[in-house]
Order: sequence, then C-alpha cells, then structure tokens
Amino acid sequence: MLTLTCPYCGIAADETELAPGGQAHLKRFGPGSSDDEFEGYLFARKNPKGVHFERWRHAYGCGKWFLAARCTATLEVFGTYPAQVTEPPPEIIAAIKAKRPDWKGF
Amino acid sequence: MSTRLATGGRLIDRTKPLGFTFDGRALRGYAGDTLAAALLANDQMMIARSFKYHRPRGILAAGVEEPNALVGLGQGPRHEPDQRATTTELFADAAMVSQNAWPSLTLDVGALNTLFARFLPAGFYYKTFMFPRFAWKHLYEPVVRLSAGIGKAPAEPDADRYEQAYDFTDVLIAGGGIAGLTAALAAAQGGQRVLVLEQTAHWGGRAPVDGVAIDGKPADAWVAEALATLRAMPNVTLRRRTMVAGVYDHGFVIAQESVADHLPGADLPRHRLWRIRARRIIAATGAIERPLAFAGNDIPGVMLASAARDYVVNFAVSPGDRTVIVTNNDDAYRTALALLDAGLVVPAILDARATASGELPNMARARGIRVLEGRGIAKVKGGKRVRAVQVCAQAGEGAELETIACDCVAMSGGFSPVVHLFSQPGGKLAWDAANGMFTPDPARAPTGADGQPFVACAGAASGALQAHDCLEGAHAAGGGTGPAPQASAPPEAPMQPVWMMPQGAPPALRAKMWLDFQNDVKVSDVQLAAREGYVSVEHTKRYTTLGMASDQGKMSNINGLAILSDALGQPIPATGTTTFRPPYAPISFGAIAGEARGEIFQPLRRTPMHGWHEANGAHWEPVGLWRRPYCYPRAGETQTQAVMREVTNTRQHLGLLDASTLGKIVVKGPDAGRFLDMLYTGVMSTLPVGKCRYGLMCSENGFLMDDGVVVRLADDTWLCHTTTGGADRIHAHMEDWLQCEWWDWQVYTANLTEQFAQIAIVGPNARELLQRLGGLDVSREALPFMAFAEGTLAGIPARVFRISFSGELSYEVAVPASHGLAFWNACLAAGADLGAMPYGTEALHVLRAEKGFIMIGDETDGTVIPQDLGLGWAISKKKPDYLGKRAQERAHMTNPDRWKLVGLETLDGSVLPDGVLAPAPGVNANGQRLTQGRVTSTYFSPTLGRGIAMGLVARGPERMGEEIDFVAGDKTIRARIRDQVFYDKDGEKQNV
Repeated sequence: MLTLTCPYCGIAADETELAPGGQAHLKRFGPGSSDDEFEGYLFARKNPKGVHFERWRHAYGCGKWFLAARCTATLEVFGTYPAQVTEPPPEIIAAIKAKRPDWKGF
Repeated sequence: MSTRLATGGRLIDRTKPLGFTFDGRALRGYAGDTLAAALLANDQMMIARSFKYHRPRGILAAGVEEPNALVGLGQGPRHEPDQRATTTELFADAAMVSQNAWPSLTLDVGALNTLFARFLPAGFYYKTFMFPRFAWKHLYEPVVRLSAGIGKAPAEPDADRYEQAYDFTDVLIAGGGIAGLTAALAAAQGGQRVLVLEQTAHWGGRAPVDGVAIDGKPADAWVAEALATLRAMPNVTLRRRTMVAGVYDHGFVIAQESVADHLPGADLPRHRLWRIRARRIIAATGAIERPLAFAGNDIPGVMLASAARDYVVNFAVSPGDRTVIVTNNDDAYRTALALLDAGLVVPAILDARATASGELPNMARARGIRVLEGRGIAKVKGGKRVRAVQVCAQAGEGAELETIACDCVAMSGGFSPVVHLFSQPGGKLAWDAANGMFTPDPARAPTGADGQPFVACAGAASGALQAHDCLEGAHAAGGGTGPAPQASAPPEAPMQPVWMMPQGAPPALRAKMWLDFQNDVKVSDVQLAAREGYVSVEHTKRYTTLGMASDQGKMSNINGLAILSDALGQPIPATGTTTFRPPYAPISFGAIAGEARGEIFQPLRRTPMHGWHEANGAHWEPVGLWRRPYCYPRAGETQTQAVMREVTNTRQHLGLLDASTLGKIVVKGPDAGRFLDMLYTGVMSTLPVGKCRYGLMCSENGFLMDDGVVVRLADDTWLCHTTTGGADRIHAHMEDWLQCEWWDWQVYTANLTEQFAQIAIVGPNARELLQRLGGLDVSREALPFMAFAEGTLAGIPARVFRISFSGELSYEVAVPASHGLAFWNACLAAGADLGAMPYGTEALHVLRAEKGFIMIGDETDGTVIPQDLGLGWAISKKKPDYLGKRAQERAHMTNPDRWKLVGLETLDGSVLPDGVLAPAPGVNANGQRLTQGRVTSTYFSPTLGRGIAMGLVARGPERMGEEIDFVAGDKTIRARIRDQVFYDKDGEKQNV
C-alpha cells in the first residue's frame, strides 16, 4: 500500500486516502479530431516497467487531484506535484534523471 | 510414551494446574503450556489423521510451522477449526476435538485410503474423474466434497469481538528473540521510535533453550535485563502474542495480536489487527528446522530435534523414553544433551555426515551416547506410534544394518531462515550452498518510496545461525554504535545437505517419505511430477499441492524444491522458490473484519424523515448507503398491494415522496455556464434564472452516466440534481475536469445533498396542498412547468421546483434539512383530506415507467449512449463540444443496428420478467444464440391494468408494431414493440 505526499496538504497520505486516476498528462482530443487521435486519447495507455506518471486524488483528504511520478517496478516515488500542468515540472524531471540516468524522458 | 517430567520446565507454572479435554477425555496441564505440550504431557502424541490418506499424525514441531497438530477448539459459537496446538496457549477447560477422523481418531474408516495410496498419486483428481463428463457433477464431486477440507466450520455466528488498530514507527522489529532484542536496543539507543512484535507469549526465542550465554550471562538473564532496559525507554513499545502477518509496499505492515485467546471469558477483543506504517523493518524472525525425508517420517513420535528440545526444556515434557536422533548437522546434538540432562535415554545419534567430530558431537560422545557416522534411517517401524528405526548407510540404498527400539525420533535436516517478511514485498534470496539454505540478499532488498531498502533481516533470519554472528549482525541492523552483545555457544561444524535418506532409496521407500505432511505430498509425488514434465516450481506446487496447506510449506518447501531440482538435474537456485505471500501464518476472519459487522458493517445514511418512515412501517430498499422506503405496507397488505395503492393514489389524489437522497450539487462562478455546457449534452448556459432543464451527463467515451434536472438559481449559480447513487461520483467527476483539464476556469462546486430535505408532492391535488401551506404563489401562471421559485411554505424557507418524474402535476420542494421532518408532517396534516399519502421507490418506478422515463442503471448499463434511448432532444446539435460528443461520433456509436429503447407490451397483458432476452435467428462464433433485444424495466401498471415494459431492441424504433419473442427459462413470451410512453403521451396531466 503506497504512501504519497499530497502537494496541497503536504501530508504523507496512505493509499486508502487516495483514489487513483490512471495515466497523467493526457492531451484531450474532442470533436474534429481524427479517429487515430481520439483512439490514442481515449484508449491507448502506457504500461511501463519503470518511470510512470499517474493521477491521484486526495479523495478522503483535501479532495484535490495531484500527479505523481513513480517507478512501477520498485515503487520509488520521484515526486508529487499539482495537477494544473501539461507536463512534468523541471524539478521532477531532474529528480527522475538523478535516480534513473538512462531514463528516456517523458 | 510421552509424559511430564518431575522437575524443570522454564515456561510452566506448576502451581496453576489447568483441566482440559481432548475428544472428551479429561486431561490436566499447567499454566504456560501450549496445547501441544499439555497433550504430550498426557501421552497424547497422535493428534489427527492426515488429509488424504488418513494416516495417524502426531506433533512434529513446537511452533508456527506445525503442519499436523491442528485441532478443533472451543464449542458452539466459539468453536474454531484448525487451531495450531503448538502455538495456542492452554487455558482452563479448553475443549479440543481431533480432526479428519471418523468415527474416532484411533479407529478411522478413511484410513482405508492409505491402502490405495499407490492409486492416489499427484494429480490424481486431474487424471481420474475425467470421464464420463456428466459424472463429475452428479457422482464424483458430491463424493469428493464429503471428504474434502480439514476440520469442521463453526455452525453459529462468532461470539467474540475483534478490533483493528493503527500504529506507526521508525523501526519495526518482527521477532523478540535475542537478535530482535539486540536490534531493538541498538535502534532505541539511537533515539528512534521502536516497535518490537513477538508472535509468542515469551521473549528470548530459542537462545535460552539452546543454552546460549550472552555477555557472560545465561540467555534468560540477559533477556530479562534487555527487556528492563527497553521498557524504561519512552521510544520503545513491546508487544507479545503479535504475529507480523505481512509486509507490503512502502513499509505497510499487518500484524495480528492474540489479545484474549488465552483469556477466554475476559471482556477483551479476541484478536486485534494492527495496521502499521514502518520506515524500516527488521525481520528477526529466526529459522525453521527442516525435517529429513526418510520412510515413515510421518509416524507419530517422529518430531523435529529442536521441538523435542523445546518440549523438554520449556515445558518439562518428555516426548519419549528412548529418542533416536537423526541429523545432518551439529545443532541436533543439543537435543541429545538436553534429553540426557532430563534423565531420558538416547540410544543413538545417526549422523548422515561421514564424520562428526565437532565440539557438540564430542560432548555427546563424552556423555556416553553412541554416535553412528554416515548413517541414516531406512525406515521407521510403527503405526500409531514409533516402535523402532531401521538403521542404514546414508550412502546406500536402505539395507538394514541394525534395528534400534525407540518411541521417539528427533530429526534435523538443517535450518531454513524465515525470509517471508523480506520476500513478501519483493526482496530476493541467495542460495547458501554450505548451509543448504536460501538467505536474504541484502543487495536486492525491497525498496521503499525513497528508493532505499526498507526491510533487513537480522539473526538467524539473515542466515546467521551461530549465536555470535547473529548478535553482531542484529546490532548492526539496528544501527548500533559501540560493541555488540557477545554471545557464546559451542562452535558448530558445517552441515551437509541431505534431501533424501538414504540417498539411493528405492521407490518403495520414496513413497513413504513425506515432504508436505499436511497435504500428504511425498518424495515420489514430486518425482512423478518431474517425470510428467513439470519444470517450474510454481506449477509443481499446484500440481502436487506441495506447500499449499495452511502451513504454506514452512517445513516442506525447501525439501520439495531440492527433490524437484534433483529430478530435473539442475542446481537448487536454478529451480528457485515459490512466492512468499502474506499472511505468514493464518489470521482470523474476525480480525480482518474487525468492528465492521452487523449494524456498523458500513455507515447508514438517513434522510431527515428516516425516523418517520421507520415508525410508519416502511419496507426498506438499500440505495447506496441510504435506506429508502420501497413502499409503506398497511396492516393486512402485501408489498405488491401497497405499491399498487400508492401508484393509484398518486395518480388520482396526492402522493408524497422523500426525494432527499437525490444529489444536489451547486455550481457557481463566472465560468459555471460554460463548464456545465461541457458536462451536459444539452445547453445549460442559456437557461434563464428561475427555470429548470433536464440534463444528461456522459463520460468521455460517450456513455450515459447520470441524469437530472438542472436549475438556474442566479446569474452565476446553477443547482445540478443527480441520481441518488450518483451524487458523490458526479461531484468527483466535476472536480476532476475542473482541476485537471479546465483549471483556469473560475468555477466552484459544492455537494449540498445532505443540506436539504427534498419532498416530491405529486398528483392532481398537489397545487391545492401547496396553496394550503401558504407563502408562495404556485399557480399555473406564476410557476409553470419547469419553473423554479424560492420563498417560504408553511413558514419554512423553501425552494420549489415544478418538475415531474411521474407525469402528474408535481412539485419538488427543498427545505433545509433541519426543517425536513416538520415540512413532511405539515404536508401530511394539510393534505389529509386531499388524500395525501407517502409513496415509496417502487411506486416511483411504476409511475416513471408508465410515462416512459428512463432510469440510470435500468435503461443504462455503461454501454448505452443517450441516442440509444431516444433522448436526442436533450442533446445540443449546435454546441461544438461536450464530454462524450466526439465518442458518440465513432462508427460503432452511429451504427443503425444498435439496440434502441422501445416500449414493450405482452400480447396476453402479463408482466415480462426483468432482464430477459429476445433471441434472434442464428448463432455466434461460440455457438451461442444471437439476440436482438432485452427488457430493461418491467412492471405491472395498475393505471393500465396490464404489464408494461421498456427494452432495448435492435433497430427498435423502426419496428413499431412488430411482435418478438422473449425467452425466460423454458417459457416464450410474445410482446409487441410500441412507443415507450404508456400514459398521457401529450403531458396534459403534468401541464395543468
């Protein structure tokens, strides 16, 4: 059972306090998009063994959505950050690269 | 025979005798005994019959690894099967029954199975009951079921209570032996918060039994001092009888504390389940001795050498008068010495090693014990008790050299570190060839959120089997500075792995060598599996059931995979181990459930009128965590009659519905209209203040997820009604999109569901009732259909929505929750002569179905889009975007063959069964009949006096008037496709 730090509350929250929301940083495709674009947005999800970006909601806490970068194999958490971004902030990227020098990038 | 010795016993209190029974026989033990010790003290060596062959089985171990000595314990509501006699403490009047034996333990019919043992090999079930196919269900399974299972499930609800508790710590130490205490001292002196959990009732582990001295003191004295030091430290918590069951991600730990197992009748929870967060975990969980695989190693009287020593030293129980020791290591010599110290006889020590010349063997020789080198046991003689052993050369094929009479055999095949807590969260093991064991590999320890290892093993669990190394390692694991406690014990010479005894044993002997005692798996079974092509240890485990019993193979797994490796001709590390999974030892269902049973199994949400419904005979229907009245049966009325009465009264006079459970979410802000236009398929931004509009909400993949009426309360404020079950989910859905996609939009949402009581006032007399309550103009002109007004009614602040889910003249009135009951009572009082009568959810369903209104969860199932339901009128064609719009343009969604909503009426007026399918000609690729539709809502309509239904039918709306067959079991029911609005199609009743 994971512990993730809510970037809003600043508290280390047990997984029982959180609700998972799948892959982070999806780009929404709406009307006017091609079938391929829409399929990619709606269905295609990464399933890496390694660094992954995820959406979590502090459902039984402050109610805020946040994002987490963690390793799916070792469960190492590189950082959590507010959801109001379209890509991982530089300090998160730096934290990942420091720990996983051969990481291919977001 | 086994008996109580006249003196000794470090854990028993001879001043406190305790009476207990085994299979009805009255026996006596002492406080401090385990059940197993007390049974042995009464010469009850045979405890149970084995699972498959019903062979007599005795006590094999003295701890949690015990596979045989499982008993049914307690009576009536406190009966529990499969209680481990070796770990359960004796208490007064404990009532035990043996298991797996009928009619009695000594005279057991099932023991005939042993005669057919050669016909019951590994995979017996898979091979035998294949043909004819029908026979499995009708013949084989019923017979197999009769003999399946160990023990009898209790027949009554559990009379005990259980609880759960939470804790957190810097360092959690599992195991209170000398390694655990050393690690605890080191960690605590470093200022860390330390929690030490010991699964037994005693601190100190094996060291006091093994005669270890620490810092010049006997182990018992050192342990007492260490405990005193730890207890004096405010940052240390010590808990006995607490077994760490599992270690999970990021240092989450589950442990079960047996609070009152040994105190029956005390006003305490029986078990307490601890949920602990630990920054670091030190597993000082010791090691478990392995049995040796020789023929007849399961006969009662054969036990682990360490266990024999435990019974003598801890409980002053002699496991037998004459004990033959058989070993491949030096440790078992300690047992010989302990038996001698107790005045018992050790006729011989059979050492499988070619030479035994270490300090311990020499001490045994000096005491006059015959030590036979290079020898093993060819066969144990005896049935329900050991009578003798046949000695053979370990290097040979079992030719008998001599027979030694004895009534106990103490065996030792070496030790397996208890690596479970290290392995469960992903730690990897290394093979220690010298000691024939898997040890935790610190370089591949489980890592936590920070990427650092969070589980380390200390003491014997780390592979440090010698007392001196054990404490050095434990001190370091605890982060100790300064010198570690110094342990001294006679040095031990290397062991020699022995996986089969003798090494060239012929098939007849191999078929009597038990690996897994509880599941009756023998050396010959594993070898057979290998011959039949099983190469994976995980597959072999499942095929032979090796290690799948309730002891999870604590004693058998290493021996089993060694036999498999040998049969496959590969080294043991290439075979690897099976996966270690929690719990380490069984924990009770009661502890898992904790307090969550009965009334408090889950929270109950109550509307302000809940008490009134209860007092007025409501028949409840659970809806989410709410209870809603299904109907209000009167004296002498069935539920069906009550529903019919409520429907008819509402249509003809006046019905009142408690609609408080409906979700009420307020959406406010400069961008609220724009936001709602994205959430709903229709346009909400253009809704005038004071008006209501029905809205549909879809997920991004186009499927209809919720519906409800949206009200514009003010220029920047909308109130969104959701379904009862949808309130929390839809609020979360809104927040998800607001926070994660349109975070720059200025919108605020709040879930007000419980702030308001809501009452639907429905029927031709509804307006009259509101006028009598007074305070608001609710006339047709002032408050037309789909309008909203705010004011007071009967002196209570109220919001009145003129909306209808029944087709009648209808108002839904929301009042502050604290006024809900008063308003409800006011309506009943003022409406008494208008026919005011409450109605429940079933009447609501009938009313809405008569009008052809859909219900989320009936007409929708997560695969239905609004277009399927004829709701195109509620979907904006002009809006460039809304959630689900793009998905609804996908080819599959626009396929004209989709199943669409229609009304259905049976030709004979009967009620279609719910959910039935209409078959279509032909079959699919799997040979199943094709279908062309199904029933989604079906009721008897008292208004129309016949059955009415809605359903989804392929191209349904194009097939009006067509008749199709629905199949329910062996009945075929013909129905005509029609418009789904059965009542007042033009809405004349609701628009008055």
